[in-house]
Amino acid sequence: MSLRSPLGRVLGLGAAKDGVQHWWMQRLTSVALVPLSIWFVVSLLALPALDHPAVVAWMSHSWTALLLVIFVLTATWHSQLGVRVVVEDYVHGAGSKTVTLVIVTFTHVLIAAAGVFAVLRVAFGRAP
Amino acid sequence: MPTRPVSPHLSVYKMSRYTLATSIFNRFTGVGLSLGLLLLVYWLMAVADGAHAHARAARLLSHPLAKLLYAALIIAFCYHLVAGIRHLVWDTGRGLERAQSRRSAWLVVAVSLALILLIVYGAWFAGARAS
Repeated sequence: MSLRSPLGRVLGLGAAKDGVQHWWMQRLTSVALVPLSIWFVVSLLALPALDHPAVVAWMSHSWTALLLVIFVLTATWHSQLGVRVVVEDYVHGAGSKTVTLVIVTFTHVLIAAAGVFAVLRVAFGRAP
Repeated sequence: MPTRPVSPHLSVYKMSRYTLATSIFNRFTGVGLSLGLLLLVYWLMAVADGAHAHARAARLLSHPLAKLLYAALIIAFCYHLVAGIRHLVWDTGRGLERAQSRRSAWLVVAVSLALILLIVYGAWFAGARAS
């Protein structure tokens, strides 16, 4: 028997049973992405060239690599939260919805891991 | 699939409503940017795999059709960024009156258009510098 009152157990939990977690993480990642995405676009535009040496020199900068890792992780998280809701809204039928959500989740894990791996590989490969 | 009406049924709304248009375009551009992430990671992986892999990816990424894709991504990024900030303002409880919301809808369109022009201008100069 739980000693918590029924009210205490449901506080913060809506019909989805996980309360405001999804909503809050979507806001949190969006707030972070405002400066991060602007930084990313401006840095790309400021690159002297888009050939391999120029991009590697840019990515092996410690702050660039760090911000790129944070940007990729935050963007993929935000993307996962958003695409999940789109699937939940427009893919009907429990089976196809679950399968689509699993594919969406796997794809986002792959994107996040690949992005972080690639940036770190370049950055560590060029460490002095 | 349930036989009851399942929300949101896109077909029953008036598409000309600015509320609907701004909302669905935010979603649409968001999904587009998710696909853009795939492109970004493909590029990052190519950079990590060395000059040879990067050159091969760069050939694919500088295809004329890819440029069309970048144009779409720039539009999607600018709109999603500005419309997202509008949502964050709404979350504080401000700007929810009908007149304010209509005004901010136009503001979102105007600011994202300005941002698009700014990025295209910047990209054009970056291209001129690189060549």
